Amino acid sequence: MVIAIASGKGGTGKTAVATALALSAGQPVTLLDCDVEGANDALFFNTGICLTHEVTVPVPSIDPAKCVGCGSCHSICAFNAIVVIGKTARVYKELCHSCGGCRRVCAYGAISETASPIGQITKRHSGNVTLLSGELTVGKAMSPPVIREVKKYPRDKGITIIDSPPGTSCPMINAVRKSDFVLLVTEPTPFGLHDLVLAVRAIRMLRIQFGVIINRCDSGDDRVENFCSTEQIEVVMRIQEKREIAESISRGRTILDAGSEYRPLFAALLKKMIARFGMEE
Amino acid sequence: MKEIVIISGKGGTGKTTLCASFAAIASETQSAVFSDCDVDAADLHLLLTPKVVRREEFISGREAGIIKEKCIACGKCAEVCRFDAVLHKAGAVCEIDSASCEGCGVCVHFCPAKAIAYSERRCGEWYISDTRFGPLVHAQLDSMAENSGKLVTVVRNEARKIAIERSADLIITDGPPGTGCPVIASITGADAIVAISEPTLSAKHDLERIIELARHFMVPVYVCVNKCDINTQISDDIKDLCRINQIEYLGGISYDRSFTAAQIHGKSLIEFSRNSAATEIRKIWQKVLERINTNIS
Amino acid sequence: MKIACSISGDTPESTIDSRFGRAPRFLIVDTDSGEYRLIENTQNLNAAQGAGLQSAQNVINAGAEAVITGHTGPKAFDLLSSMNVKIYYAESVTAKESIQMYKNGTLKAAQSADVESHW
Repeated sequence: MVIAIASGKGGTGKTAVATALALSAGQPVTLLDCDVEGANDALFFNTGICLTHEVTVPVPSIDPAKCVGCGSCHSICAFNAIVVIGKTARVYKELCHSCGGCRRVCAYGAISETASPIGQITKRHSGNVTLLSGELTVGKAMSPPVIREVKKYPRDKGITIIDSPPGTSCPMINAVRKSDFVLLVTEPTPFGLHDLVLAVRAIRMLRIQFGVIINRCDSGDDRVENFCSTEQIEVVMRIQEKREIAESISRGRTILDAGSEYRPLFAALLKKMIARFGMEE
Repeated sequence: MKEIVIISGKGGTGKTTLCASFAAIASETQSAVFSDCDVDAADLHLLLTPKVVRREEFISGREAGIIKEKCIACGKCAEVCRFDAVLHKAGAVCEIDSASCEGCGVCVHFCPAKAIAYSERRCGEWYISDTRFGPLVHAQLDSMAENSGKLVTVVRNEARKIAIERSADLIITDGPPGTGCPVIASITGADAIVAISEPTLSAKHDLERIIELARHFMVPVYVCVNKCDINTQISDDIKDLCRINQIEYLGGISYDRSFTAAQIHGKSLIEFSRNSAATEIRKIWQKVLERINTNIS
Repeated sequence: MKIACSISGDTPESTIDSRFGRAPRFLIVDTDSGEYRLIENTQNLNAAQGAGLQSAQNVINAGAEAVITGHTGPKAFDLLSSMNVKIYYAESVTAKESIQMYKNGTLKAAQSADVESHW
């Protein structure tokens, strides 16, 4: 079973929910931190890295001895990453999208692919939870390749929880696609509602079932509740704004540490999901 | 004319909220133009209540589409696609998943039946609007669109054009969360970054990444901490982080429920309240102005 | 020698186009013979990224040893420089006038790119 935690707006509590769910499972769980531009789940697990895997993308490498400067690679490149000066082709790998077209089209065998590092995946274990965190190297531009790599990384079958990046564009889509269920975490404010509407639209286009968690449910007004009611969207959990939770999270402790009432709530939610979707992926 | 970009790394620390307050203060004495570069989940307009004066489609890149009548179901497109964007069941006409299609055109090139259309892709819209503080350039990406930073660049370029036309003093830009393409597109060439953080381990961790990003792209960065009193220990750690990195810490903003109340009323905090948070924001803004006017590029 | 001027018109009386990456055309002028020809640069008009590089490729392959334009980004600047093509910035003058300024020595060769990368 794969559950993704997403939101339109940043800072609504995705990581807080993802970590709480993972730790309340009472059975083995894999947690994938796909917020690769700011992977923070590891801060909540006081444990060392047991494995690091470099993430690379294939970029073309031109053999000047074989290149005749025909320009076919330049013509097929949709991203302007190749220029041909005289009889040599030159690659600008920061523009390359790794589509492989240039290598396929070269009739002279002058293009091979080399692995260009863009980030890493680290693995940690804590109790029942295996955490795989994806990180995009600072200065690198594209997060989807790292996100895809985290999701492809070998993991145990059973329960997988995905902490997704905020927003509704390609990073979030790459993180949540093919999940069984998406939990959209929001807050009852104008920003929260505006971005929730965008997120709902995207998840509906992906045709994945979803529910809403209203975090800090008593801190704003009822616009989010009204929206969910009108749209017949299930609100699966409401979490009140509590200083204890804010303090706990700020220190790298999960919601579960803020009070004894939270563990049974998250465990019950997870149990409900398992009953609905089963354990298989 | 100077451009100030507000980013954070971590979402939810208060970029948009702070940007609106800066806009309110700046417009008291200066001519300013505003841009919302969080084109994925744009919220600044909820506080600036813009009146849209111009609306443009944003076309970027291309996407592949199977021409069903011509498809011979050979699956060559699926074979060459690096992005798992082709659904091919043996013997059936191929289908392209537009959410996964990167628009690289490789399948188009290699299809033996020339059965793949390669068309321009509409990715969103952008707007030029009037607001009570000054002109606002903003945008909205379509659902599931790629966020390469190109729309961010369009928004910034349009804001710059307007600022030049009006001989404005300032451009204030609300940046996106994260550190990838859209953020890079929002900071290159800016005169200053104001990084807004909060006293949590997550935000501090992301602030480190922002500092590195600012260094990499050679933009001066200044730090302030929102909700600074929810964890004074980590607030202090952030001040230490700034000191170690030789970055100026501009000040803290106390946690205040008025921020949410102001948002619900569609106002910046500065217009809504004269409480201590408002005073703190004014002090921070004053420092930002002093710094950008003394930096000689 | 040949000099490439970025223009949006199609004659030597056209004003220098300030955008090296997205200028629709280059005027390639042979300063010895006075002859000139146009090369198209329209592949870049819709490019998301890499426009400057493509322009640089076009002017280098046309045999230009110098470029007169409004602005260049860092990648284009580096590519041109690596091929010993000098870059001169000029604005609000025609291509013809800019060539005259080059000959008079009133244009100074740029030491670096003057705008940031566009992503």
